[in-house]
Amino acid sequence: MAEDPRAEDPDVAGPPVGERPPGRRSPVTGGLYAFGRFWREFLIGDTPELFIGAVAVIGVLAALCAKPGLRTVAAVAAPFLVAGVLTLSVYRAVRKGTP
Amino acid sequence: MLTAATTAPTGALVLVTAVFLASAVEMVEALTIVLAVGVTRGWRSAVEGVLVALLALAGLVAVLGPALVHYVPLSALRLVVGTLLLVFGLQWLRKAVLRAAGLKAKHDEDAIYAEHVAELEAAPPASGRDATAFTVAFKGVFLEGLEVVVIVITLGTTSHRLGLAALAAGAAAFVVLIVGLLVHRQLSGVPENAMKMGVGLMLVSFGTFWATEGVHAHWPGSDLAIPVLVAFYGLVAWTLVAGLRHHAAQESAARPAVEPLHG
Repeated sequence: MAEDPRAEDPDVAGPPVGERPPGRRSPVTGGLYAFGRFWREFLIGDTPELFIGAVAVIGVLAALCAKPGLRTVAAVAAPFLVAGVLTLSVYRAVRKGTP
Repeated sequence: MLTAATTAPTGALVLVTAVFLASAVEMVEALTIVLAVGVTRGWRSAVEGVLVALLALAGLVAVLGPALVHYVPLSALRLVVGTLLLVFGLQWLRKAVLRAAGLKAKHDEDAIYAEHVAELEAAPPASGRDATAFTVAFKGVFLEGLEVVVIVITLGTTSHRLGLAALAAGAAAFVVLIVGLLVHRQLSGVPENAMKMGVGLMLVSFGTFWATEGVHAHWPGSDLAIPVLVAFYGLVAWTLVAGLRHHAAQESAARPAVEPLHG
């Protein structure tokens, strides 16, 4: 019986017989990967600055709200911070030239 | 003094408007796909795909909505949902601003329809039930509707008006369906970008409101802050569009004019 050529020649595609090819995942891993990719595309997509900016704004507001006297200040500051994130993202799109 | 009774209708109105517009925009896009499927592959499998997708979407709302309300603490729910809405709304608003300023191509339902028709006509014909028609119609409605489901669940659960939000989304889907059946073509005349701008404004406003409530910030005027936020973000979006248009006009004026060829 001839030897499996994949054992000798790295140029011949495919893993050793009986193993799953590196590109293929088990159904569970594949499902989790697809789920993660869906949410990444849904929330981040091609505008990671919006996701990062929004999370950063919430972080700043949470830090402000740690002091009870600044809770109204945090609410008033929130729309200005969010508007800043939007402006930066639009500016980035214009600079990239491919919004 | 402001009471819950006086501020509640304002929040409900903004909620219904946001969900209705978001659902209408997404359903217009879904309708284009379904019409392309129905016209090229036949209506039976297309309608089956639509119905199964709508059932799946309704199931998601029915299962996830009450589960979130019952099992997640309100403060955490508002923080997570608010952040989601904020990110989601900023994405809609950014696109709408760029489109309004002429820096991004507008959604062209006619071109999308033609593209889908060409793809579907190239697929081999089916005898009996058409799996291609079913799958394309199902995916079109389900994927477009998924955004609506997220909006319905997030807005509905945080404001304790899940039923109202679901009703608004269902009403929009129904209106688009009826109009689509009557005119029997894709709705390319719908001012999609204006609607998306409106939805973006409301999602960002709700997102800001709920996320900051989630970190225990205190809003002066309670729910009345939401329409104020909508107006504020509207002003920001208008300023950005005006600034971008001005910038584009200046750039085109600065470019050297092309000399006409003589002889």
